[in-house]
Formats: sequence, structure tokens, C-alpha cells
Amino acid sequence: MIPDLGKYAFTVLMSYGASLGLLAVLIGLSLRRGARVRRALEDVESRRREDG
Amino acid sequence: MSIWEYANPKKFMQTSGVVLPWLAGLTAVALVVGLVWGFFLTPDDYKQGSTVKIIYLHVPAAMMAISAWFMMLVASLIWLIRRHHVSALSARAAAPVGMTFTLIALVTGALWGQPMWGTWWAWDPRLTSFLILFLFYLGYIALWEAIDNPDAAADLTSVLCMVGSVFAVLSRYAVNFWNQGLHQGASLSLDKEENVADVFYIPLLVCIAGFVLLFVTLVLLRTRTEIRARRMKALIARERMA
Repeated sequence: MIPDLGKYAFTVLMSYGASLGLLAVLIGLSLRRGARVRRALEDVESRRREDG
Repeated sequence: MSIWEYANPKKFMQTSGVVLPWLAGLTAVALVVGLVWGFFLTPDDYKQGSTVKIIYLHVPAAMMAISAWFMMLVASLIWLIRRHHVSALSARAAAPVGMTFTLIALVTGALWGQPMWGTWWAWDPRLTSFLILFLFYLGYIALWEAIDNPDAAADLTSVLCMVGSVFAVLSRYAVNFWNQGLHQGASLSLDKEENVADVFYIPLLVCIAGFVLLFVTLVLLRTRTEIRARRMKALIARERMA
């Protein structure tokens, strides 16, 4: 249950929404780039192993 | 065992790979406990009403925005003096995290300022120095992206980081340097009289711990990515030369 935020409900909820949204984007982008680079590096390393 | 061992990318990857899942778990627990406690279980302030709940985001984000820049400064100095690639890459990895914290501090500050000060923004010393710090973060990230040679990029961004440190210091102490403007003094103080009330203080400390852990976790994660990206570039360059 959301507590009674009175006349400042919009301000408080916007602050939490914007902050948690920004953090979610940062974490999501960091994880996505991490996974992409990891896969790409594995591809390059396996190609090198195959080529000897 | 010396701390410089971790300047070896292999050693850094091994150790951070073990530590990272634990840190991520601890971060999640601290953030959930701190924010749920602050949002649901603390009372309204007699002056600020429910807007006091914004303190649990604004204060930790602002503290970490400045601390992140100082971490980047230390890493940049290590790069300039000892030429350890991991330190340059960790500074690069920290920049988007610090920039996001700065943006959160600016946005939550503006949202809080509107009902409390009657304005979203004022050219107050602390607010202005924080905006300039945000622009320095953008410039730092853009400079890394703009230069192909990674060592030259690390050199130039390190110099930029040293220059930007002036604004990081100003962001922290602007209220003390210029006793004017809208922004109040520090919310946390060793002086009991100046500190926030205990009912807000403990959940605030938990939130600060959560933001510190989040910063460390994300910097480790992103530094690992930068190290892998650097290795990948080197391998591709070797393939082309062969």
C-alpha cells in the first residue's frame, strides 16, 4: 500500500519513478553491453583457436 | 600481497568475477531495504511534508556523483603516473555511473525545489556547480568516444578529469564557500544539532550504503566489459596484421 503522500504525491512519486527509471536504464545498458562484448570476444578467441 | 597486483587485467578479472555476484546481491538488499524503509515506514516532516522522502534518493545520489568523480581522479592519476591500463579503464567505466547519479540529484532536486522553494531551478552556487559537473561528465564520456587511440584518449580524459575536479570540490563545498543561495547546508553532519532527525537518519544511511555498493558493483561490471573490449580490439588488430 502506498502511504498517504498528501498534496506532494506527484512530486514524490515522480522523484522515485524518474530515479528508479534512470537506474534501471543504466543497469540494463551495462548488462547488455557486457553480454555483447563477452560474446564477441568469445567469437574472436574461438576463431583464433580454429586458425591455430 | 600488493594492491598493484590488481593492475594486472587477468588478476582483476579473476577477483572481480568472484566478488561481483556477492556485491550485486548485497547492493539489491541494501537498496530495497533502504528505499522501502524510507518510502513506506518513515513519517512526514513537519515542514516539508511527504517531500522529505526524496532525501533517500537525492542525498545518496548527490554524494555519489561527487565521489565518483574523485574515484575517476584517483584512477586517472594512477594511469598518468604508473600507466596501468585497468585504472584508465575503470575511470572510463565509472563516468556513465557518476553521470547518472548527477542527473538523479539534479532531477530530484528540481522536483523537490518546486513545492519547497517555489522554483524548479535557481542559479545558486551548489546547483550551478552540480550542473557544470554534469556537463563535465558528458564531456569526459564524449572525449573517450571521440579518440581512436586508447592511450591518447586515457591521457586527455585524465587531464579533463583533473580540471573537472575543481567543480566536484565546488559542488561539495559551494554552500560553505558562498553563504548565499537557496540550497541548505549538508543533511548529514557529525554535529548532532545540524543532522537530520534519527527517524530519517538510519534509513538514509542504509540508502547511502546501497548507492555506494551499486556504484562499486557497476564500476566492476563495466570495467570487466572495458577490459574485454580492449582485448577484443587487440586480437582483431593482430588478425589484420597477420
